[in-house]
Amino acid sequence: MFSYTFQWNQALNRLPAMLDGAWVTMQIAVLSMVLGILFAIVLTGCRLSGNRILSGFATTWIEVARNTPALFQIYMAHFGVASFGLYFSPITSLLIGITFNNAGYLAENFRGALKAIPDTQTRAARSLGLTPIKAFGYVILPQMLRISFLPITNQMVWAVLMTSLGVTVGMNTDLYGVTQDLNALTFRTFELFALAAVIFYVIVKLINFGARLLAARLFRY
Amino acid sequence: MFDTSMTLSDVWFLAQGAWITILVTIISVFFGTILGIGFGVFRYQVGPWWGAPVTFILDIFRSIPLLIQLVLVNAFLGIVLRLQISGFAVACGVLTFYTAAYCAEIVRGGIEAVPVTTRRAARSLGLNWFQDMRYIVAPLATRVALPSWIGLALGVMKDSALVYVVQVTELLKSTQILITRLQEPLFLLIIGGLFYFIISFPIARLGGYLEKRWSND
Repeated sequence: MFSYTFQWNQALNRLPAMLDGAWVTMQIAVLSMVLGILFAIVLTGCRLSGNRILSGFATTWIEVARNTPALFQIYMAHFGVASFGLYFSPITSLLIGITFNNAGYLAENFRGALKAIPDTQTRAARSLGLTPIKAFGYVILPQMLRISFLPITNQMVWAVLMTSLGVTVGMNTDLYGVTQDLNALTFRTFELFALAAVIFYVIVKLINFGARLLAARLFRY
Repeated sequence: MFDTSMTLSDVWFLAQGAWITILVTIISVFFGTILGIGFGVFRYQVGPWWGAPVTFILDIFRSIPLLIQLVLVNAFLGIVLRLQISGFAVACGVLTFYTAAYCAEIVRGGIEAVPVTTRRAARSLGLNWFQDMRYIVAPLATRVALPSWIGLALGVMKDSALVYVVQVTELLKSTQILITRLQEPLFLLIIGGLFYFIISFPIARLGGYLEKRWSND
């Protein structure tokens, strides 16, 4: 059928190395997600604070994160800040780039979630004597995270897919980087990347499945 | 810091990159939307069981990094089938299906947002399936789906930064070429980023405005 001979075992022999890469990919994705959620909460707090400087900072972060490519943000974290004498390793740059992106998108999602929470709750919490920060932390935040559970899952998938951009700043231990290196060794481009694609697909499915299990446990009323 | 060796021809070079970015985006969003509407309506119409193959294939486009999709398709066409296809065509083709995969979801969401009773009323007035779709469902679903669709189009614009892997010199790649030559990474990256921001931000704002304006509450 094809004049090309597929050599799948060339790729399959490399599966252990690629699975190691997949593990690194997962670690980066999870770490960037945890940091991203934390930063997004801080950004949401900044926006709610009513302080013009803080909310201006948060808005700038969110708009830049949402209106420029993720690849650009990673370049910026690697090549851009090098002008200030800050030299990050590829993995750090990748982590900074993805975290920046995650935080921006999640903060926007949180804003949507906040709209679903009535203002009266904040007022009730304040009139019970909670400080603004406590009212946000104990009353609003848990509901906000619950409402935005699905967007957080989607962002987690995005984070996994974004790790593949690390190769552009010289990352070679994540799944895409490992595949790229193996490709340079064996020239089995199609087989290797097809295998990488399958691994990515499985990871994404596992995340969706895990999120569903988690949702079933967390949101039992 | 404001001392740069960038010349006017470099700016022109960047503008050409920006034009490629816009061109790839317009082509893939246009065809992707048509395909996406087709897939979305099909999936809604045939139900989850018969729609499963389509769902599965579209799901693949949303679960694999775009970078890998581009490399795979390029390798398949170039190495396996030995076809001579330009990187630009490969980029447009992959991004079209990428757009279609997301668009199908949006379309399905839009159709589901139209109350069944409204459609029954339309059918009982004697409209056939096509007329129902054209005059009842399409206007109502568009109101629900347009803000997300704008978001999708902008997402494709930003993701088109990845087509450099199939040797298409779009905006970010041209920025990078200039960085290699001029050695002024921060300045050039800010300019490249501004290009994206200027294209994306007004349209994103329009989407936000329409969402607010058209929401039912």
